[in-house]
Amino acid sequence: MTNLTRRTFGLATTAAGLALAAPSVLHAQTSARLVVIGGGFGGASAARYARMAFPRLDVTLIEPQTSFVTCPYGNLLLAGERTLPQITHSYEGLKARGVRLIHDWAEAIDATARTVRLRSGQTVSYDKLILSPGIAIRWTAIEGYGEAAAEAFPHAWIPGTGTQTALLRRQLEALPDGGVVGFAIPPNPFRCPPGPYERISMVASYLKAHKPRAKILALDAKDAFSKQGLFQDAWSELYPGMIEWIPLNKDGKVTKVDVREKIFETELGTRHRIDVGNVIPPQSAAKIAIDAGLTNDTGWVPVNPLTFEATRARDIHVIGDANIGQPMPKSGYIANSTSKVAVSAAVAALEGRPTPAPTVYFNTCYSHVGPEYGISVVGIFRPGETGFVETANAGGVSPRGPLAQQREQRRLEALHADAWYDAITKDAFS
Amino acid sequence: MSFSTPALSGMALAVLLSMAPHAPLRAEAVTAPPVALSCAGCHGPQGAGEGSVPRIAGYDRQAFVQTWSAFRANERPATIMNRIARGFTDAEVAQMADYFASVR
Repeated sequence: MTNLTRRTFGLATTAAGLALAAPSVLHAQTSARLVVIGGGFGGASAARYARMAFPRLDVTLIEPQTSFVTCPYGNLLLAGERTLPQITHSYEGLKARGVRLIHDWAEAIDATARTVRLRSGQTVSYDKLILSPGIAIRWTAIEGYGEAAAEAFPHAWIPGTGTQTALLRRQLEALPDGGVVGFAIPPNPFRCPPGPYERISMVASYLKAHKPRAKILALDAKDAFSKQGLFQDAWSELYPGMIEWIPLNKDGKVTKVDVREKIFETELGTRHRIDVGNVIPPQSAAKIAIDAGLTNDTGWVPVNPLTFEATRARDIHVIGDANIGQPMPKSGYIANSTSKVAVSAAVAALEGRPTPAPTVYFNTCYSHVGPEYGISVVGIFRPGETGFVETANAGGVSPRGPLAQQREQRRLEALHADAWYDAITKDAFS
Repeated sequence: MSFSTPALSGMALAVLLSMAPHAPLRAEAVTAPPVALSCAGCHGPQGAGEGSVPRIAGYDRQAFVQTWSAFRANERPATIMNRIARGFTDAEVAQMADYFASVR
């Protein structure tokens, strides 16, 4: 630095000597290093917010893909109402904000050394880690449903580069009129609680227009689901006779699939012949969270509800679908909302400040169920003594009632859903 | 390429001189209070508005509080803001009102 005088340089040299002798002070010599693993809604929002709110922070985002395909609005792609490029987002906006992107797999975390090992073999050091790795599919949960079977019965629940969603779309296009589309739906908790039912609705919307004799068979490992009354009202009004939903207590739980015979088999041995099958399998936190020892016997990561720091490791804040957040849903909005709280808590700890005061964790999930027909659920949550607490007498679902009475509400919610998609992807990726 | 801590440089030393060991990392500019951060998910970053969802940046402070109260009491037509409004305290609404009034 040319503006350093001899005198300040002398001081600096002294300070550097002290710093080298005292590792805890060493961090102050450079910017504190925040490393984020996972460039989805949680991780991208965290990296973006960190650079905007704390510009002196050195922010690195580790994400193997060079662009992100959203889960939200993937169901509209299945209906032919969106294309893959329309639900794909680049990381250029984050780069422009000074986020350093490393396109590689994070293979392992050493919580003691505070390092992340990459597939390339390189190691990234952090002062605080934000881990937003998403989910893994439990490939052993349904007999016959492994990675190869997913090429026949796509899950389309981890978008990756969009191949699974595109495959399911092609299968729907090839379905003969009069064919059966089968859905296998997992027990709680899983990513995007209303997602399977929005998917059923969007597939029904496509079938109604193009293959009106086709049927949907939805086999569910639960007896109740998100926005159930609203979805079922819409199915009766928009798609009468097309959708059969079979809950757990009517033998709805799929335990085995046969991709050759195209069979979904349930707990009590009922074999359902289908033409196109979408298996949404049981899930856990992503592999890296399990390998790092952050998960408990549920397969998900317990966290401090104020800071999102993993209860099993210091300096690792786990956000998004991988953590145990109930009653909060595993949604993009919750990942976005909580990412900012996690970053603020991490930075406060780096600066030696107390944990920031409790605040609100906010969720709205819109679902499209037909043309100009949107519904929503709102949840407002706060940290509690041991977990998360939903704020009483607030939030909830859209008003029920016949379409003739609710037409404007449904039309506006469909519009607001589109606005939500554009707004939240800007808040994560721009 | 290496991702370890960069070697000490003149810049790092200058930063060291200007910072306490745990120097503040927060932006100089006013940033949103935590309770206002989630509004961005529908109203856009900094409440700039998005599609059918209105701009709330620059909203008059008093009008913000009054509108919120009307949503909370179901006295103003709403699709979802009535459900949202009931979940926030007066103090939280005041923080949001102050912040969005300050955004230009």
